[in-house]
Amino acid sequence: MYRILEARNLAGNIYEMVVEAPRVAKRALPGQFVIVKLNEKAERIPLTICDYDREKGTITIVFQPVGASTSKYVSLKAGDAFMDFVGPLGQPSDLCTEPLEEVKKKKILFVAGGVGTAPVYPQAKWLHEHGIECDVIIGAKTKDLVILEEEMKQVANTYVTTDDGSYGRSGMVTKCIEDLIAEGHVYDHCVAIGPMIMMKFCCLTTKKLGIHTVVSMNPIMVDGTGMCGACRLIVGDEVKFACVDGPEFDGHLVDFDAAMKRATLYKTEEGRAMLAYQEGETHHGGCGQCGGDK
Amino acid sequence: MGDVLKKVPVREQDPQVRATNFEEVCLGYNREEAMEEAERCLHCKNAKCIQGCPVNIDIPGFIAHVKEGDFEQAYQVISKSSALPAICGRVCPQETQCEGKCIRGIKGEAVSIGKLERFVADWACENGIKPIPASEKNGHKVAVIGSGPSGLTCAGDLAKMGYDVTIFEALHKAGGVLVYGIPEFRLPKDKVVAKEVENVRSLGVKIETNVIIGKSVTIDELLKDEGFDAVFIGSGAGLPMFMGIPGEQAKGVFSANEFLTRNNLMKAFREDYDTPISCGKKVCVVGGGNVAMDAARTALRLGAEVHIVYRRSEAELPARAEEVHHAKEEGIIFDLLTNPTEILVDENDNVTGIRLIKMELGEPDASGRRRPVEIPGSEYEVECDTVIMALGTSPNPLISSTTYGLDVNRRKCIVAEEETGATSKEAVYAGGDAVTGAATVILAMGAGKVAAKGIDEYIRSKH
Repeated sequence: MYRILEARNLAGNIYEMVVEAPRVAKRALPGQFVIVKLNEKAERIPLTICDYDREKGTITIVFQPVGASTSKYVSLKAGDAFMDFVGPLGQPSDLCTEPLEEVKKKKILFVAGGVGTAPVYPQAKWLHEHGIECDVIIGAKTKDLVILEEEMKQVANTYVTTDDGSYGRSGMVTKCIEDLIAEGHVYDHCVAIGPMIMMKFCCLTTKKLGIHTVVSMNPIMVDGTGMCGACRLIVGDEVKFACVDGPEFDGHLVDFDAAMKRATLYKTEEGRAMLAYQEGETHHGGCGQCGGDK
Repeated sequence: MGDVLKKVPVREQDPQVRATNFEEVCLGYNREEAMEEAERCLHCKNAKCIQGCPVNIDIPGFIAHVKEGDFEQAYQVISKSSALPAICGRVCPQETQCEGKCIRGIKGEAVSIGKLERFVADWACENGIKPIPASEKNGHKVAVIGSGPSGLTCAGDLAKMGYDVTIFEALHKAGGVLVYGIPEFRLPKDKVVAKEVENVRSLGVKIETNVIIGKSVTIDELLKDEGFDAVFIGSGAGLPMFMGIPGEQAKGVFSANEFLTRNNLMKAFREDYDTPISCGKKVCVVGGGNVAMDAARTALRLGAEVHIVYRRSEAELPARAEEVHHAKEEGIIFDLLTNPTEILVDENDNVTGIRLIKMELGEPDASGRRRPVEIPGSEYEVECDTVIMALGTSPNPLISSTTYGLDVNRRKCIVAEEETGATSKEAVYAGGDAVTGAATVILAMGAGKVAAKGIDEYIRSKH
């Protein structure tokens, strides 16, 4: 069992947990992910590592409930435990593995969308600890959904933008990128992490601006070790497995449209499971749509 | 007493009934049937069946005890050579191994060695008989990577010799391909696999799940920092292959690994488990091996009409004869001498069909099987909503790419000596599918056994 040491609500329906997992904490690097499984009957869910403490042996994860499984995580509190917690999986961010001298030459912009702010944080923090300055755009739908702003400000030049203009700058992250460039900022390396649609448009913008862009993909997965092939993506002309080849890829080569279609595979079933979970014993179908009564 | 030239028939679930459930197909012998079948053994002086067994079980020896009704002794004879008899009795390709060499087989049917082994192992389990652990520990630590057939066998053998053995398993459950790959209806997980894993544990073997060697910790660290004297790599062949044809990324195309893992390991077929599985109404499974049969029969049980698409003819099907027979009985349709050229999709990338081309057999290739050749202009389309690729698997490079000085061949298989399991790196041994590429449970067990002996000799030579 992997004990939950802290559990808190960050904003809206975004939650953070600190979990005891010494083997994972010992080797985790920014960009990697873990797979968690709540109990015997639960799904294996991949989550990007948001922070790690090698001495305390802990990993921080941030999640937003999207299906039946992650919805169950919401009620977990300090003292509860995950049955399974495995990692670190995937390749670390290039920024943490390339020679430091090379990374120092780059002018780096992070674009964090919604819950994607969480996996951006350890990368910005890692750069800060290695004496490298970077800019971060935190994008959120509205003021109440901005997360980790204070933490981010400690490690990077942070710009917040909200879609509805309720806080910080106004507009989508793509507008913010263009505004920053117009204000005289210069970037040659961008890391965009957030919802697939945001990463797609972010890449269209940076391509136009000629900024090399890395994205972090989180497709459907089962094992996370290259075994099932569920997470395969088209990158350039090649088929890649996000779990072992990624999760970070050259955003200008990723086929986002194909990836977004693949991501809907279990939508109906997931929706059914979600309803069954929320409605509990009262869920017997009958709507004629979901097939729950068949 | 029946016809001595024929096997005592084994009871099975009716095909029509079992096509709708995940209960075990073969019900096995009872005491009387086992003793009757045991009578058929000729107790050859130079028993060919033993040579046919990759772990060299004393087959006439255990059958003699079955004949007398002394099943406990029969079990102890088997456990000298095999740590997983209840599993082997179910999944070994006996027809090409022990039973293939049986003298009875010349003028009739071979003795049903597999079913007898299964009976003895199940009897031992029901009666709480366990293998006998080492009387004392020798103080040396060995790490075993992977809890599949080769790892469990190697760990069990080393523990019996007195070693302190820890198995590291990447998934959340021990058993490797026995839990994620082979379905419940062929190999029950709680009744059989969990019990045999428990038997290995009862020998003193520790199993640490959720540890991915190469990611969570490396082999070099196990040897340097965690005090292990030697390491056995039995990490299997886990990477699925795809064909590289158009449409393969569509929704509704799965590797057999994914389909089976969802169903077997994650138990997607059960309402009370959370993992979803998408199995449409008409499924094409591409491939002709045991994994293809397993995927097809699983899809059938989930309610689909299932076709096996295989590019050679029936004679070349690599699956066990019993699996092909069972699949046919259950209503799987075999589209032989056909090969996919494209997967057809709608505007949302859902699978709508598959384009196939007819094949004919040409000259034998390197494997000795006749090479399938496309018949020009014979392409046709078949409607389906799910395609499962069961084309074989290759070893995962996670370990070889993170272990300094470990040689692999061009197929990414770890290079290991056949006689000892020794790799190019000192103190590191390997066996099973990680070395051979995808093969059988029993060959992996054989390799685990050989490596246990190799590791024992290595550690003795150092101390």
